[in-house]
Amino acid sequence: MSPKRIILDTPQLEITLKRMAFEINENHRDFSKCALIGLQPRGIALARKIKHILESTFNHKSIKYGELDSTFYRDDFRRNEKILIPNSIELEFQIEDLNIVLIDDVLYTGRSVRSALNALADFGRPAKTELLTLIDRRFKRELPIQPDYVGTNVDTRAHDKVIVDLEKENKVWIITEQDNA
Amino acid sequence: MTRLSSNHLLGLKELTPDDIELIFETADNFKAILNRPIKKVPSLRDITIANVFFENSTRTKISFELAEKRLSADIVNFSSASSSVSKGETLIDTVNNILSMKVDMVVMRHPAPGASLFLSKNVNAQIINAGDGTHEHPTQALLDAYSIREEHSTLKGKKVVIVGDILHSRVALSNIYCLQKLGAEVAVCGPSTLIPKFIGALGVKVMHNLQEAIEWCDVANMLRIQMERQQTKYFPSLREYTMQYGLTMKHLNALNKEITIMHPGPINRGVEISSEVADSGQSIILNQVENGVAIRMAVLYLLAAQRES
Repeated sequence: MSPKRIILDTPQLEITLKRMAFEINENHRDFSKCALIGLQPRGIALARKIKHILESTFNHKSIKYGELDSTFYRDDFRRNEKILIPNSIELEFQIEDLNIVLIDDVLYTGRSVRSALNALADFGRPAKTELLTLIDRRFKRELPIQPDYVGTNVDTRAHDKVIVDLEKENKVWIITEQDNA
Repeated sequence: MTRLSSNHLLGLKELTPDDIELIFETADNFKAILNRPIKKVPSLRDITIANVFFENSTRTKISFELAEKRLSADIVNFSSASSSVSKGETLIDTVNNILSMKVDMVVMRHPAPGASLFLSKNVNAQIINAGDGTHEHPTQALLDAYSIREEHSTLKGKKVVIVGDILHSRVALSNIYCLQKLGAEVAVCGPSTLIPKFIGALGVKVMHNLQEAIEWCDVANMLRIQMERQQTKYFPSLREYTMQYGLTMKHLNALNKEITIMHPGPINRGVEISSEVADSGQSIILNQVENGVAIRMAVLYLLAAQRES
């Protein structure tokens, strides 16, 4: 059986989410020029939570919020066994000259973020784009992409799995595959 | 459902309801892209597509070309009038010559029914049927059904009548298969000479009175008379046809409900449909054209994804 270990339990997760929201608030005092964009599919739950904390804790009203899907910009089209099925895009505002915070749950190879940056460029030219990730699997990057806001760093091997559950149990696990050798 | 059940799009007869739903869901995403300032995605940038048209086409050809360009595919266009076909080259030779220049997909329109099936069995490329004679025109049926779904939110239980030259229409046959697979009821209406003898075997209702047909239906799909395919006379005169089967505001005003009016184009104004009806608020003819690009993008995207690199 593969060992399953908790990286963040519910109280830790809450503290981490709050801390990241505080960091965003510290860097972006004027939220009229800032937008949060969750990356489909798994960054959405995280992005909504961060938005909620910013609104309830700091009383920021109507923060611009969008959901971006980058399926059509991925570099593994036709390299994957499964066909890449797109998710919806909800971006009801102009991103021109805004400070964008892209939000995803796990940063691993960096390829999803690369495709998201390309997708975002098709909507306009933001003043600045930052990246927030809850889990940074830092030793497996395949592109020069680094996050600006990190929940926690995790050192993993390629066949390990990180599971982020922000909807039911509010926990983050790592499943480590045992080496046969 | 994450892939189509076939590697080609030859006709609606071969598609499953799940295939159609997957195409529609993918088309929803492409429709959103088509409404953006930058209407292009890089998905098919390593794919080359040949548009091979052995028959005239305006809408379908432009629609396929736009769909391919919006997906960043490289395209080559071929039309039989200006090619070696007129010098006696066979279909397989023509297409194989094009494919030897490293083409991945072929979009073909041909006057012979079954031409795309024949091609799919004889050449190493993915074939998309853009109309084969009087047989099928799958992307038209998909965009028609997609447009009805957009207007009525579902096709289940909807009543659709196809009016006009059913005998020579590939749009009619593809529509019948597609609509029935999605749970709609289908009727055909026209003079008995233009309705295939055993069409009832497909489970469609046959009607000959236009007013009765539109009273029955939720959606009326008006087809043009395909003069170019008619070797003999099927009705005394075009004027008489229009008097019996031309849809006018008089027909619509006599109804106690609003029905949706469709037409696959090209429209012969004043023949099968009056200008007032074609331009009325009940007509979704231009929505059909708009949806055509999104549907074709979805088909190309899903098929290309299934092609081994």
